[in-house]
Amino acid sequence: MEHVVIIGNGIAGITAARHIRKLSDKKITILSAETEYFFSRTALMYVYMGHMRCQDIEPYESWFWEKNRLELKKAYVERVDTDNKTLFFKEGGSISYDKLIIASGSVTNTFGWEGLDLNGVQGLVNKQDLETLEKNAPNNKACPHAVIIGGGLIGVELAEMLRTRDIKVTMLVREEGFWANVLPLPEAEMISQHIISHGVNLKHLSNLEKIIGDADGNVKAVITKEGEEIPCSIVGITTGVKPNISFLKNSKIETDRGILVNRKLETNIKDVYAIGDCAQQREPIGLRPAIEAVWYTGRMMGEALAQTICGNHFEYNPGNWFNSAKFFDIEYQTYGWVFSEERRKDYEEQFHWKCRSNLRAVTVSYHKETREFLGINTFGIRMRHEVFDRWLNEKRGVEYVIKNLSQANFDPEFFSRYEKEIANEFSSITQLATS
Amino acid sequence: MSTVQRNMSLTGEPPKTINGQQKIASAIGLIGLLILALALFNVDFPNKSVWLTASLTAIGGGTIWFSIAAYSNKHEGIKNDGIYFKSLTSKGFWGWILGISLTLFYVLLYWFPQYLGYVQGGDNKGVVALFDPLSKFLNGGPASQWFLYGTLYTLAILAFGIKFILKYRHNKYEKLRTYSVMFFQLGFAFIIPELMQRLNSETFSLPYYDLKNIWPLNHYNFEQYRVDDFISAGNIGIGLLIFGIASIFIITPILTYKYGKRWYCSWVCGCGGLAETAGDPFRHLSDKTQVAWKVERWVIHSVLVFVVLMTTAVVHSYLGDDTSKYWLTKDVFLISVGVFLTLVFTGVWVFKREEIQKDARIGSIAYFVIIITLIALHFTTGKTLFLFDAETLRSTYGFLIGAVFSGVIGVGFYPIFGSRVWCRFGCPMAAILGFQQRLFSRFRITTNGGQCISCGNCSTYCEMGIDVRAYAQKGENIVRSSCVGCGICSAVCPRGVLKLENGPLEKRINPNEILLGNDLDLMNYVNK
Repeated sequence: MEHVVIIGNGIAGITAARHIRKLSDKKITILSAETEYFFSRTALMYVYMGHMRCQDIEPYESWFWEKNRLELKKAYVERVDTDNKTLFFKEGGSISYDKLIIASGSVTNTFGWEGLDLNGVQGLVNKQDLETLEKNAPNNKACPHAVIIGGGLIGVELAEMLRTRDIKVTMLVREEGFWANVLPLPEAEMISQHIISHGVNLKHLSNLEKIIGDADGNVKAVITKEGEEIPCSIVGITTGVKPNISFLKNSKIETDRGILVNRKLETNIKDVYAIGDCAQQREPIGLRPAIEAVWYTGRMMGEALAQTICGNHFEYNPGNWFNSAKFFDIEYQTYGWVFSEERRKDYEEQFHWKCRSNLRAVTVSYHKETREFLGINTFGIRMRHEVFDRWLNEKRGVEYVIKNLSQANFDPEFFSRYEKEIANEFSSITQLATS
Repeated sequence: MSTVQRNMSLTGEPPKTINGQQKIASAIGLIGLLILALALFNVDFPNKSVWLTASLTAIGGGTIWFSIAAYSNKHEGIKNDGIYFKSLTSKGFWGWILGISLTLFYVLLYWFPQYLGYVQGGDNKGVVALFDPLSKFLNGGPASQWFLYGTLYTLAILAFGIKFILKYRHNKYEKLRTYSVMFFQLGFAFIIPELMQRLNSETFSLPYYDLKNIWPLNHYNFEQYRVDDFISAGNIGIGLLIFGIASIFIITPILTYKYGKRWYCSWVCGCGGLAETAGDPFRHLSDKTQVAWKVERWVIHSVLVFVVLMTTAVVHSYLGDDTSKYWLTKDVFLISVGVFLTLVFTGVWVFKREEIQKDARIGSIAYFVIIITLIALHFTTGKTLFLFDAETLRSTYGFLIGAVFSGVIGVGFYPIFGSRVWCRFGCPMAAILGFQQRLFSRFRITTNGGQCISCGNCSTYCEMGIDVRAYAQKGENIVRSSCVGCGICSAVCPRGVLKLENGPLEKRINPNEILLGNDLDLMNYVNK
């Protein structure tokens, strides 16, 4: 019986395992150094916030693994010997495989600042980071003040977490609006205001110079490039993530920033595959980045690779881009492509609508000449994935999308509707442009 | 070294203790309860209406002030911070204290009302006596332990209803639903029946009737004394009796077809009303394991079978044999019940067979065969219908299900098992509505394509113990008989994945039509 070994029990590895089991009787072993059972990484924040317990963020009950004959092993893979198809563990021992799937995920990305090794400097990527945070910032007596470096998805989660324990939070953001390297500026500014309204001291256009510690090696303060010294007990590094591939250093598997794979998710070595955050496409797919560190793409790669492993050769061929997040109380969904100023294509035109409450906004992006609908960002209004996926596939025009926007509404019953307001504003702007 | 004591595991620390205003509000509420407690221990209050008003105002006002202080200075949004850190809401010390106190109260209420001060046919004492003035004002007579219970129950739904509305003030569905249960509790369950008592005289008497309390939740609605009262009360009484029957066979099926069982369970019902308001802080304590789901299906449907047998036996026991006196005789009734059950059974088996799981098939066949055999045995051998005497069945049901299950376990154990234990495991009304919802309804919870991140908020905050995430992460719609449509899964979802909807029956259940983001070719293979 063929033995499939999967390194990593995150969403990519587990999805691959589940689908391989659906399609075949292969022996499947899943290795993880992080936790015994699969959990939802995106839900780590809710454990610290007291919304859920650790066991609540595990999507499957413990009997699930045995019932589906998925063998779980808690071990850290230190060395990969592809010649002999063997993995060696840090704890000692080894395991051999017929097919190897690397789904080892991400680690915190840093920029080599001085003081990164001080106690109290941490990221928020894995379960151990959560445990460290619980130790470093149990309450506002032990940790009166935190500084977060970087305005992205993990940064805002960390800010929300710390605010639930009344810890003062200062956030250093390089851009002039929150996550402005991804969001169009009007939206970035709205989210910045919302974060500030939650008591976060959000500093725009602010960069970290170095972190300084006390005599015991604990964090004392950060110093910004702008020359400000901010005292603090912990420093959250949330300047993105990078593939977790250091254990492959001495292997024959070809890597760049991530593990290089082709469209079939195969590495340069036969029978070795990589999926999820740690994989890097040799040729980026469409407008997607070569490394996609997103829950959904990890899941999609897992589904696609399971087919290939089971003899049904398949390329990873993602459909229309989509993503979602929540910034304190404002939900965000995106379908298709809406780019920030720095990444905007020449042909991309954007229409922005913002609710008077400053809690809802919509940006529709479309082609300047053909007026083809390219994508939508929606804040505070839920919209249907299926409808936008269809409209994008049908290459609908922007007027059609605006006119039929109510079909896409996914807010709960009785919620106030804004489609009319959006349509009126759109037509008044386009009339201005044409007259 | 920090002086803060740290736990061994990832348990976290409470965000903060309650603020100053909340402390004062709690004190006021507790003073209100203290007045009741003093009355319970026979402190004789001189001016009862003043003290009762003071007590109820303090309890209600304290709760409302507490809620305003808790939520009004915060942003609109989900307010679950620290729920698992608080002793009261995470089965800690205060949770157990509250659970035990509530349970003791129910034990007194059901079996030892004399300790509450209830004196049958004489002057009340203790805490029941404190409620005499309000009872006299509403229905003209002295209070009973049930009047006291009804008043406190209504007060709880109103005060905690306002708390719930403040907590979910960003969510119109939650607000409207809560206004609705507050209205039905105050009007239909409390004021109207109390005022109706005033109409009763020597020649005219209506039973206490909460119009929205439908059989089989109201398991005693067709007992002899009530039916006699209805019939002897002329047109109004007959009207009420017909309404009671129409509720089961006409009104309920139509509304459930259109909106799912939520129209009743989380918009109208009093049990649901209390669970959604006073029980809201405990909703996450429901058991989400698959084992619990299996137990739930057997227990709730067994209760349903029990109530059908019990009611059939009771009605059968007081009907006559003489067709010339009244067309509905014992035999006509029994045959009608048999025919009706056979029709439902066959209908489901013919049209909805594929949708029934294995254990449900076994259970339904077994129960059906048993009931029909018992009826047949009765006709052929003349044995006591259903082996037990009707009165035994009635009193056993009243004790086990009516009192122990719905009261003591259902509410007393809120802080231990969560707020909907009765609705989930016991309520036969929920079983009937759930059966309709699963097989003949437009209601479903729609999953938004591939947006689920498996975080688990939906499952955690499902008071009915449904593992919502198990469906959402596969892109499947949620069509479950137990879902009461409270809408909280949708509210707590951080990624906008869930929506309660009424829509066409086609594609209501969609295990094979999922959009998780991959190209369609692959999805065809995945679905194979």
